[in-house]
Amino acid sequence: MKKEYSTKDLEKKANEIRQDIIRMLVKAGSGHSAGPLGMADVFTALYFNVLKHDSKRPDWEERDRLILSNGHICPVRYAAMAHAGYFPIQELDTFRKFGSRLQGHPERERLPGLETTSGPLGSGLSQASGIAYVGKHIDKTTWRVYCVMSDGEQEAGQTWEAAMFAGKNRLDNLCAIIDRNNIQIDGFTEDVMPLESLKAKYEAFNWHVLEVDGHNIEGIVDACNQAKAIHQKPTVFICHTIPGKGVSFMENDFKWHGAPPGVSNMPGEPAKEDQVGIALKELRTLQGKIISEHE
Amino acid sequence: MINPKAYLTEKLFQDDIEKVPTRNGYGEGLVQAGEENTQVVVLCADLTESTRSEAFQKKFPERFIEVGVAEQNMASLAAGMALAGKIPFISSYATFSPGRNNEQIRTTIAINNVNVKIAGAHAGVSVGPDGATHQALEDIALMRVMPRMNVIYPCDALEAKKATLAAARMKGPVYLRFARAGTPQFTTEKTPFQIGKAEVFHEGKDVTIVACGPLVYEALLAAQQLEGEGISVEVINNHTIKPLDQNTILESVQKTKALVTVEEHQIAGGMGSAVVEMLAQRFPVPVEMVGIKDRFGESGEPSELWDAFELSCPHIMQAVQKVIKRKIA
Repeated sequence: MKKEYSTKDLEKKANEIRQDIIRMLVKAGSGHSAGPLGMADVFTALYFNVLKHDSKRPDWEERDRLILSNGHICPVRYAAMAHAGYFPIQELDTFRKFGSRLQGHPERERLPGLETTSGPLGSGLSQASGIAYVGKHIDKTTWRVYCVMSDGEQEAGQTWEAAMFAGKNRLDNLCAIIDRNNIQIDGFTEDVMPLESLKAKYEAFNWHVLEVDGHNIEGIVDACNQAKAIHQKPTVFICHTIPGKGVSFMENDFKWHGAPPGVSNMPGEPAKEDQVGIALKELRTLQGKIISEHE
Repeated sequence: MINPKAYLTEKLFQDDIEKVPTRNGYGEGLVQAGEENTQVVVLCADLTESTRSEAFQKKFPERFIEVGVAEQNMASLAAGMALAGKIPFISSYATFSPGRNNEQIRTTIAINNVNVKIAGAHAGVSVGPDGATHQALEDIALMRVMPRMNVIYPCDALEAKKATLAAARMKGPVYLRFARAGTPQFTTEKTPFQIGKAEVFHEGKDVTIVACGPLVYEALLAAQQLEGEGISVEVINNHTIKPLDQNTILESVQKTKALVTVEEHQIAGGMGSAVVEMLAQRFPVPVEMVGIKDRFGESGEPSELWDAFELSCPHIMQAVQKVIKRKIA
């Protein structure tokens, strides 16, 4: 599947995924907006370039494993999976509804391809490290493990228990990606509980650290390739993203962390009945720009 | 009368009966499980000798993972290893695992429905001198309310070994509970053991005692002494708290029409609670419950603590006498 997509294709794909995220949040009437929009470029890079995977064989033994630790941004994973052929795009309409395979927070057994169950923050890096340990030290496999985390969950002690374990065991088949968007539910991370210097912290735990622009798809792909060349250390990307990326009134605004568009009037935001229209119009305009920029 | 089909040791009521901690059976079971299946891996949080994971570590160093003092990480690492096809056993003290890491067990093991076995050592006040912080008295409650979790509490070291092997052979999350102190080794190789199947160890008709863990032996002592007083007691070894063997318990209680439950755990939420929840719906009878009465443990010698917390043979006998009076009334 790799190298079939040009950068332009990938940017268009990310934009389509963003539009689907808006649509599924509106249908659901609840869910998280900022994180999924912010991580659309990363998930596009992963599913359409980086990951070794096969949507028709989600249990394929040789696949790379993608663990989503911050389960609440699952709309972006679901949308990316649908675009990658794991299930029909129309199924995104069932997100958060009774009987849906697309649970509010992802559940492994409900949807093939999810790898694990997540939501409660701080446990994804442990699970990814457990998988990577088996791959590197017991079964000696070639597949790689990717673990997407939020910046807020760097406040959880378990994250650092896992960081210590992965560093000790030199898990160079593990690549963690921190969505460094600087927001969490209660505000800006540096107000809630300062995280900096994240780079120095991970380096102290024997990780290789890369600062990555989370909206530069080529850069994300390059970083993933670089990580493959790092031996005897796990790699972490501090992946700088804009929460709510692509929708002007959501960008960098923590109010949109856990809110969907079109549900409530918030001070300083467009009226609720206008939010969805504005969001989709902005994304469609952006799509036009992507197409013309590359031509 | 002792049930001959239980094949209990001939030394049952002799003073020189061998005493072995149930955690030793876990250690032996791990080694055999590791021999039977190369997918078995063992994780330990800095308590390798004490949890008896040491023998596995020596025999299969490439399948033993030391995680340090990090029980939350251990639970989720094990979940990841299970996702990669392994059968992980995680070893620590029950106060820490499944105590400290309860949410990780819930999300990454139980909801995730992966094949992880949780071994909680140092359960009960019989931990002894370490005191309340290290004496798990709430772990059965924590584990038995969790959907998908199987909960097993062996009565002696040999049964602990059988339980460990059975847990390795079955698919799905299991909680195994072990004790620190040496307790009588009274079952034999021939004693039946099957997850989910309670065993009648002593047959009687006046009162049913449903017990679990090393206190099953105290219940047998009580039954033997009460027999001399003309009270006929049935003793059931209810090693599997979940899934509960409703039929064996129900059949006995329908016959005796009185119940005493015995466990080294809080009465609230424990094995006895599981039994009376079932009987209240299917066949209510007078019940007395022997267990910890909503308090924490403390330092002391194991036998001293069993007496102080009213768990040993004389207290079980009193409970039987009390429930019989209620039955007659």
